Amino acid sequence: MQWLANIFGNWWPAVQLTSWTLIKIVAIVLPLLIAIAYLTLAERKVIGYMQVRIGPNRVGYFGLLQPLADGLKLLFKEIIIPSASSKALFLIGPVLAIAPAFAAWAVIPFDGTKVLANIDAGLLYILAMTSVAVYGVIIAGWASNSKYAFLGSMRSAAQIVSYEIAMGFALVGVLMCANSLNLGKIVMGQAGGFWHWYFIPLFPLFIVYFISAVAETNRAPFDVAEGESEIVAGFHVEYSGMAFAIFFLAEYANIWLVCALAATMFLGGWLSPVPFLPDHILWFLAKMCFLVFFFLWFRATFPRYRYDQIMRLGWKIFIPITLVWIIFVGGMMQTQWGYLFH
Amino acid sequence: MIFTDIIFYTLATILLFAAIRVITTRNPVVAALHLVLAFFTAAGIWLLLEAEFLAIALVLVYVGAVMVLFLFVVMMLDINLDKLREGFWDYLPMAGIIGLLMAVEMVMVLGGKFFISAKMPPKPADYSNTAELGRVLYSDYLLPFELASVVLLVAIVAAIVLTLRDRKESKSMNAADQVLVKKADRLRIISMPSEQMPAEPISTRSAEQTNELVNKHVNKETK
Repeated sequence: MQWLANIFGNWWPAVQLTSWTLIKIVAIVLPLLIAIAYLTLAERKVIGYMQVRIGPNRVGYFGLLQPLADGLKLLFKEIIIPSASSKALFLIGPVLAIAPAFAAWAVIPFDGTKVLANIDAGLLYILAMTSVAVYGVIIAGWASNSKYAFLGSMRSAAQIVSYEIAMGFALVGVLMCANSLNLGKIVMGQAGGFWHWYFIPLFPLFIVYFISAVAETNRAPFDVAEGESEIVAGFHVEYSGMAFAIFFLAEYANIWLVCALAATMFLGGWLSPVPFLPDHILWFLAKMCFLVFFFLWFRATFPRYRYDQIMRLGWKIFIPITLVWIIFVGGMMQTQWGYLFH
Repeated sequence: MIFTDIIFYTLATILLFAAIRVITTRNPVVAALHLVLAFFTAAGIWLLLEAEFLAIALVLVYVGAVMVLFLFVVMMLDINLDKLREGFWDYLPMAGIIGLLMAVEMVMVLGGKFFISAKMPPKPADYSNTAELGRVLYSDYLLPFELASVVLLVAIVAAIVLTLRDRKESKSMNAADQVLVKKADRLRIISMPSEQMPAEPISTRSAEQTNELVNKHVNKETK
């Protein structure tokens, strides 16, 4: 270490900080990538069993090597760039779709001490990053220069922008209870067993958040952006090979992200549900997996919504529910029952 | 030169590049995307100034909401560039005067006494810009804040009222009515006597006859 310090001289603290942060980023992103890959397998297995099939079972035991085989296959496929497309933007689209889904993990606390950036505006940062994610879809749809892709991206953009509002309002309720925008402090505000977790006083907001999260990630039953039966896979219809795979990775990365957020905001993050068991990062992972399972379950259960009804659900039902509940929580905090909401 | 200086100059270069591309590029969608890049890098510079709340709000509001809607509109437009360039030389003197005026104003503001003051003392690491802003906004400046929000609300309502045209011939359906439909509204169950089965089945081929047919076919194949 000393000789490295001599080489860099005055720059040593900056170099040290940068490389240490990079190591931490890799330590978060690598397990995340593995989780994303295996979520695709879990989805196929779970839906398979729900439909009384076996699901992938040929590559490795129980199909455990299937995600690797899929990735390898897509990696060796040619990326076809349509000649009428806007080439640079066509390639930037997938990058913009996946980058925010990874960037948002910077502020998520895994543990009382394990967090990459313990900033006070953490919740705002998350909202900012998830709102940037829509650019990937818009740019991909526009750059493809295809009518189906364009229609898909228009649908998706309108849907994401509207459900973001309901999602943001649902989180306003959480920050009212926690008195902080810092995710670590929000988790600590729920300490003391599962009856202190925010999903109980904020139950309507929790439901609204979770359904909005399904819509925000473009998953069934809100997957009109893809709508195979009407606009043949929507915004990524012109993509092939790895560029197509990146869109899929982005979708699954977003699922993990919104579930991690739901676990942090409403289900007490890394805290244990009962006082006699210790708090551990495993609780956080277990809660995330529990919520992710619902995404798969929804996909196997519900038929796709009609587009105008998606919009109606977002604007005319969810946003009023969140507004009423925020006012209700604010009012209750002024009464003698205020302790229930902290 | 320290670490933060390098970050500042990098961001400033990107910001200037993006801002210039906004007005020089021919394609309006590409111009809008460069504006997004400019907002993003501006947010980065604000972060360097320890204004994290403003930086994140810039990304959240301008990049996440305003520019998305902007792109939405720009993508739908069918812009004829030649027509747009038609009156360029006629407008140039007027535009030049306005541009010069804005530049002079900026110099006056930046050269004024409020901007010469010495560097702000660095805040301690646990100083929370966000909490401080919230406290000031909701206590000292509560009335202006509420007034601003009322003005915005009036603007929203006015925008909708001005653009809403209730077309008489519109055949759009009321989704609320559709959702509230019950089974009894659409489905009528009536009782009917069942039809009589025909006396003899149409197909009376027995198992032996079928086997014979199959064998005949197989033999023909082998020959």
